[in-house]
Amino acid sequence: MRKTRSSKIKRSTGTLIFDWANTIFMLIICFLCIYPIWYVVVNSFNDAHDAMMGGIYWWPRMFSLENYRTVFADNRVLQAFKVTIAKTVIGTSVNVFFTAMVAYPMSKNYLVGRKFYMAMGTITMFFSGGLIPTFILFKKLNLLNNFMVYVIPAAFNFFNLLIFINFFNEIPPALEESARIDGATDWKIFRSIILPLSKPVLATIALFAGVGQWNDWFGGVMYMTTRMDLEPIQTYLYRMVAQVGSNQVAGSISAGNISAQSTTSTAIKLATMVITTLPICLVYPFLQKYFVKGVMVGAVKE
Amino acid sequence: MSRTRLVKTTQKSGFKYTLKKFARQKYLQMMVIPGIIWMLIFNFIPMGGIIIAFKKYKITRTIAEAPWVGLKYFQDFFQDSNFTSVMTNTLGISFLKLILGFPLPIIFALLINEIRNVKFKKFAQTISYLPHFLSWVVLGGILTTWLSKTGVINDFFVWLGIIKEPISFLGKPEYFWGLAFISDSWKELGWSAIIYLAAISGVDTQMYEAATVDGATKMQKIRYITLPSIAGTVAIMLILQVSSLLNSNFDQIMNLKNSINIARSQVIDTYVYQVGMTQGNYSYATAVGLFKSIVALILLVIANKTCKKLLGRSLYR
Repeated sequence: MRKTRSSKIKRSTGTLIFDWANTIFMLIICFLCIYPIWYVVVNSFNDAHDAMMGGIYWWPRMFSLENYRTVFADNRVLQAFKVTIAKTVIGTSVNVFFTAMVAYPMSKNYLVGRKFYMAMGTITMFFSGGLIPTFILFKKLNLLNNFMVYVIPAAFNFFNLLIFINFFNEIPPALEESARIDGATDWKIFRSIILPLSKPVLATIALFAGVGQWNDWFGGVMYMTTRMDLEPIQTYLYRMVAQVGSNQVAGSISAGNISAQSTTSTAIKLATMVITTLPICLVYPFLQKYFVKGVMVGAVKE
Repeated sequence: MSRTRLVKTTQKSGFKYTLKKFARQKYLQMMVIPGIIWMLIFNFIPMGGIIIAFKKYKITRTIAEAPWVGLKYFQDFFQDSNFTSVMTNTLGISFLKLILGFPLPIIFALLINEIRNVKFKKFAQTISYLPHFLSWVVLGGILTTWLSKTGVINDFFVWLGIIKEPISFLGKPEYFWGLAFISDSWKELGWSAIIYLAAISGVDTQMYEAATVDGATKMQKIRYITLPSIAGTVAIMLILQVSSLLNSNFDQIMNLKNSINIARSQVIDTYVYQVGMTQGNYSYATAVGLFKSIVALILLVIANKTCKKLLGRSLYR
């Protein structure tokens, strides 16, 4: 419709002005969204001591790879990266497949107890026990200072389940029926017919769950009370940012009072921010057409 | 013959029949029940754990052993010297986000929809989603640097001549609400617009064509076609936002607050964390959390009813 209009009907001056203003506005928004990342990237490639004095906006002033060398030489940081990668890979796959497995029967109207199960899930969307009762439960379940705290409590998500159900409902029932006549069990149908057909929705949920795991910093703060070696990189970064931040607020930094220690932590901070951010920036544009659908379904549904 | 059979099956719809049906779909039930057990453990047991809000609970003892104290912790909270500031901060930031922030993604979606070039439209959308995927820890790191006296924001404002002396923005409590509002709006602008864009793309294009033939201007089309068509979506999003007035963006506040701006940055969620986890006052923190949840539920019901009356729309049709 847009194409026919732009080619057949001559645009008025007002429309032209609006189009230009809109384009410029959109370019400004795009700039505002990208620039913070760009800022961190150029600063991470700059000498850390020099970067702390500010004023690096577009390009490194003193180009250096030292920050990245510092990160990859720091065992504590490397360990935190390993934890993050492990929890993202394991936590995401468990969440995606467990939630899909529960969602498949729930997409069947004839499932006994379906209404009851849905009611249970809906309650969890609007009411929760909160921070402290959850913490006490995890303590009782021995999940504190345990890697499994990143996996088991994150294994299921009712919101994702709704997205799955909507997708499963659109798969033609004839595919399942023919398999059922051949004597396949529900589990077999789920595994060899439904899952292979559900790649778009699996990718969407994997992105949501994966970003959640990758960006989560609070789990480490909350549930790793003694095992610092099980802290993910975001928790490590959080502690460092909080420390550097309070220094920056307390007094302005001048060349004189920059200690060697704060130079190192700035170096690690800058390089780590880039390393934790880039994977996400590279992945999400390719999944865009899928997750847009997922967001719609989740929000429009009921 | 077939008629009698039909009567027989309908008569069987009792408990026995349900059991038989359940047994026949045992594979399906075996797939769904682990999820139900998961919800019982990780959602419903903590809900039961809320009982400690009415008891004097210590982590070294069991919940059953703790003595009942009734509504003591709720009274304590209402008389707490921090009560007023915590409530003011929570509501202040939330109302900024509701009144100024709610229309932003709608306007953004309308503007995106007006872009003619399909490729640029897609590009602008993709880029605007980017901040949503960044963690608040990384953004907190960037913002603390940017908002410091030697940061980008100060450099820019001084260069423009808006301010003469650099300001330590995160070191001044009076700026905190505004910073929380702006940084949140920036992060979620593109992402929140998705749902409205989806609603707009569902509008029948014939209506626009008819309006064009009748000589309607762009503003008239937006006012009389687009906005009424997406009113349902807007209503649902409004209900959800009103019901979460006492919710703050915990990740955001935790990463922007510091000991200097705490007077304006302590919200209910961060207060629960501080009282519960830092000071070990489990019962008190749970009571504060419960108070928040109950108010949220009441707000949800009120917002839902109001929307139903005014617009004929509600969360559950």
